[in-house]
Amino acid sequence: MTKEELEQKQSSDITPEVIGSERAILERTWDNGKGFYAWLTDCNHKSVGIRYIVTAFIFFVMSGSLAVTMRTQLMGPENRILGPDMYNQFFTTHGTSMMFLFAVPVMLGMGVYLVPLMIGTREIAFPRMNLYSYYLFLFAGILLFVALILNIGPDAGWFAYVPLSGPEFGIGKRVDVWSQVVSITEISALAVAVNIVVTIFKQRAPGMSLSRMPLYVWSMLVTAFMIIFAMPAVMLSSTLLSMDRLSKVSTHFFNAAEGGDPLLWQHLFWFFGHPEVYIIFLPATGFVSMIIATFARRRTFGYTALVMSAIATAFIGFGVWVHHMFATPLPQLGQSIFTASSMLIVIPNGVQIFCWVTTLWLGKWNIKAPLVWIFGFFGIFVLGGLTGVMLASVPLDTQLHDTFFVVAHFHYVLIGGGIFPLFGAIYYWFPKMTGRMLNNTAGVVNAVLMFIGFNMVFFPMHILGLDGMPRRVYTYATETGWGNLNMLATIGAYVMAIAAIVFVVNVVYSFLRGPIAGDNPWGADTLEWSVSSPPPTYNYQYIPEIEGPNALWDMTKDHAVVTGLHLYSRELLHTTIHDASPEKRHQTHGPSIFPLLTAIITAGGFITFMFTPWSVPTAMFLSAVCLFGWFWSNSTQHRPPFASIKDNLIYDDGGVPREVAI
Amino acid sequence: MKTDVKTIVLASFFIASGLIIACEREERGFRVKTPDSNRINSKEVTTFQAGETAPTPVIQNQYEDNALALSQGKQLFSQMNCVGCHAHGGGAIGPPLMDDKWIYGSQPEQIFATIVEGRPNGMPSFRNKLPDYQVWQLTAYVRSMSGQAPKDAAPGRDDDMQMKTPENSTHTQKPKNAAIPKSAEAPQ
Amino acid sequence: MKRRQPARGVLFIAAGLVASSCGGRQSAVDAAGIQAERLESLWWIFFWVTAVVYVVVMVLLIVAFFRNKRSNEEERPDTIPDPTRENRATRIVGGAVAITVITLFVLMITSFRAGRAVNSLGEKPPDLSIKVTGHQWWWEVEYQDEGNPSNNVTTANELHVPIGRTVKIMLQSNDVIHSLWMPNLHGKKDLVPIYPTTFYFEADKPGNYWGQCAEFCGYEHAKMRIAITAESPEDFQTWLNAGRRTPPPPSDGTVESRGRDIFLQSVCAQCHTVSGTNAAGRVGPNLTHIAARPYIAAGSLQNTGENLEAWITDPQHIKPGVYMPMNQYSDDDLLALTAYLKSLK
Repeated sequence: MTKEELEQKQSSDITPEVIGSERAILERTWDNGKGFYAWLTDCNHKSVGIRYIVTAFIFFVMSGSLAVTMRTQLMGPENRILGPDMYNQFFTTHGTSMMFLFAVPVMLGMGVYLVPLMIGTREIAFPRMNLYSYYLFLFAGILLFVALILNIGPDAGWFAYVPLSGPEFGIGKRVDVWSQVVSITEISALAVAVNIVVTIFKQRAPGMSLSRMPLYVWSMLVTAFMIIFAMPAVMLSSTLLSMDRLSKVSTHFFNAAEGGDPLLWQHLFWFFGHPEVYIIFLPATGFVSMIIATFARRRTFGYTALVMSAIATAFIGFGVWVHHMFATPLPQLGQSIFTASSMLIVIPNGVQIFCWVTTLWLGKWNIKAPLVWIFGFFGIFVLGGLTGVMLASVPLDTQLHDTFFVVAHFHYVLIGGGIFPLFGAIYYWFPKMTGRMLNNTAGVVNAVLMFIGFNMVFFPMHILGLDGMPRRVYTYATETGWGNLNMLATIGAYVMAIAAIVFVVNVVYSFLRGPIAGDNPWGADTLEWSVSSPPPTYNYQYIPEIEGPNALWDMTKDHAVVTGLHLYSRELLHTTIHDASPEKRHQTHGPSIFPLLTAIITAGGFITFMFTPWSVPTAMFLSAVCLFGWFWSNSTQHRPPFASIKDNLIYDDGGVPREVAI
Repeated sequence: MKTDVKTIVLASFFIASGLIIACEREERGFRVKTPDSNRINSKEVTTFQAGETAPTPVIQNQYEDNALALSQGKQLFSQMNCVGCHAHGGGAIGPPLMDDKWIYGSQPEQIFATIVEGRPNGMPSFRNKLPDYQVWQLTAYVRSMSGQAPKDAAPGRDDDMQMKTPENSTHTQKPKNAAIPKSAEAPQ
Repeated sequence: MKRRQPARGVLFIAAGLVASSCGGRQSAVDAAGIQAERLESLWWIFFWVTAVVYVVVMVLLIVAFFRNKRSNEEERPDTIPDPTRENRATRIVGGAVAITVITLFVLMITSFRAGRAVNSLGEKPPDLSIKVTGHQWWWEVEYQDEGNPSNNVTTANELHVPIGRTVKIMLQSNDVIHSLWMPNLHGKKDLVPIYPTTFYFEADKPGNYWGQCAEFCGYEHAKMRIAITAESPEDFQTWLNAGRRTPPPPSDGTVESRGRDIFLQSVCAQCHTVSGTNAAGRVGPNLTHIAARPYIAAGSLQNTGENLEAWITDPQHIKPGVYMPMNQYSDDDLLALTAYLKSLK
């Protein structure tokens, strides 16, 4: 059969009745059930993604409340709202939860939700591991905040320098809580990263070669690789610290007198710590690219440059970590090399900014809430990036390091560069996720309030830092004169809190009563906008073939789709890595209780590791039992009923149909 | 979305219960009132009292489970030069403190009395040289040297040359003599 | 952009606030010495270059906002952009990237040169060597005289330096990582246990400045300050000579002598040193010349009798978590004790 004959036959076979009946069977096959048990076991990437996002935002609100309390304490000199012990726990928990429980998980959650939809597949590569990673993240978050409530909140800073966090000066179990939270969240992130890489490499729709992938998918791919290389460093350091502190283990990794080194901690931590911030930033750059393309009504300018910039940022990002250590007694020449690399990394970021500004310049604007958030991103992130250039200089950093100037810098780049695009992305994809539109006016008010509030809080901090105010201080003397700017910052914090409330109200109200959204309310380009809002469980009844660099904008009315995937089992299509030509079918997995059980064992193992090293073999044994159950279920997988050979024809790259056996 | 609240509520029971026991250990009592040391009296030379016999008060060391107190006690042990005679528990001029032999008793109030009153053959008296609550901290630490402090509250290894097993890894040396030893009894 | 207009009002307020806190005794942009001057010049160079870049990018966006045609969701997107415009845009972006690279390179070289200049002060032998040891939460300061160790002066939480002379500071830590930062005089340097390090500076303007610990070190990191006095070489030598003298013992029968007895017989001597007496404790700051210090409690309190009394009785109220215990003295005893301390000039 020639290609044309096959296509002719396939399209004539696909009549509206067939489509309808196939959809009904597909709905039943992919149904995850209702009720509490079904909810516990639901591995679908969209449900896990939404849980990630909602849980991360709950931690965001909790952590933000800590920040508002800290700002209230710093409102005036010699305040007594928070004593030093509580303040230390507050700022440590704020930093730890924002970095490990909000910023990274929310970006990963958005990726988990959007990536399979954007590349045209039905499910993420490893759905059960996905759910496992969510539960781990949830347990880590609960551990941290329950610990804070019980007065065991970590109190040595979110990067816990030894010897302050070591066994001699880190008193009690607080730092151990921190170590375990870090370890658990890193496993969770690693699991998602692996999931994303495999999904992107193997499950793209036919025709979506690497050079036709949406920019957001590229940024998630690069982020996932960064996670794979960076997270092990922090897991290593937190584990070494735990071992130093743990009874009956008591190693000396960071004990100089016995051959260890306190600076080793800093190297190991920052080798992770710097890529961490790019892990937060790169998905946000993906959001920016997507939103600008849609609201400037044209393809993003400089696709190749943007992809190369993301990859360059990832690589160079692993080579700048010593800029966090410029005040330590490291040799000057070594530090200067990191000045060079820290300035080098500005170049790909600059390329990204220039490409986006050019896209906006050349396009025609549809000014809606997501785009307003992107304006805020430009205003704030560029300033943050420029203060970063200042911090890259060793001598200048000796005046700015560990002061409020640095606090200002990293909030500008993380909030401006990460959170503003995130909010824009929520406003952008909320219709797809829930089927209702967020109120646009409220969205603009939200963005403006957040922009004003943010600048009120963090711009004065630049001045405070230059004026001598170090960071992590629970109070300051009246005679320093820092009271006025601190008061301004605190008022700004309240404005930001109001902006956050506007957001929550908008989300809740719109979820319940917002206007119904169609499939593609923004007239956007990527594949997820071709399915219903919210998408069906199986995403695509027929996986579309991609015909050009703009998935939807280039799609013709009678574009090719993949038919013949099994209806009675959860099946999706695997394609080749480079040019996404169909390769084989893959049976994916349905709901399972084992992710929850394994997550309980893992988290429990880490928590008990704070008290005894025996938790390691115990948890390993119990995990093995759980994993037995996990993989056993593979063999009881739905097997497709016998189907005739003509159902199994797959359109092949060379133009000749191949008959594929089941 | 409301189901996520369920997750959080449910799963919090897993963690909260295990950590409830932590409250004592993690107290950071900077401004403290410790049990009135005047009531400690091991120099009682007779149990005969005029009138009704008042029960002997049992003084508890509130710091036994407290990680901050044990850590401060360890610092004080070096700073007050206890190491000069007792080394790091192994003993030198003074008797070892990490074994199961307690000449003047191993109970907290007995150790407190030993430190405050001094003892024959070289143990100086620290009365009025240290505030009472710091003596209680030292007491708690001294007990931890023979493994009698809870392992999760006892200090870990020093950032220093390893002189001995850290207190949080020490095997518990149950004191040989439970009752007041003959040597600590009032002279007849 | 529309929303920038309300920001203008804020800018006026902000300018006023900035003016009220610029400069001062703990400021990196109010240099009082050559090292800080080099760093301040570097700061201004970086500031102006990056400010120009920021303004250019924002202006581009604002101009784009106003000149741009609007559209909506239904309008057909531009899937095949005009190649001429694309090529021109590519050239412009390429040019911008080239300018960025050159700017960064220039900034990098400027930074290297400033770093070399700062380090150059250490190339000749210093006029004065001071050893600073960081403790949780106070600074131990020792003026060293290599030729004659009995001329060493140990003090705490204060630094006196002669103007116009090169001072070498040697740093080490007793416990955790601290960081000595005197913004008016030099950048900060971390005190890392087992990594002794040095830096060199020179004060050029007489005055009183503040330094503060800049690496989180525990409960009272916020109140670990050091008072720096830059004075003429003559005044400095007077101060140093006074420091080398042992204060004379108080005459018998005076309230100061009773205070000294209390000091030696109670808790104080366990942790503090006063030269000329038996008090040789090394846990807390050296108190030999405490009356000559402007501040106590690592810069938290002015050195007055009332503050001394408050500090001695309840340091945990002023600096919760500090290692100095609360003490109970009768009113008379407390008065005698503070009288004695005030006599230690």
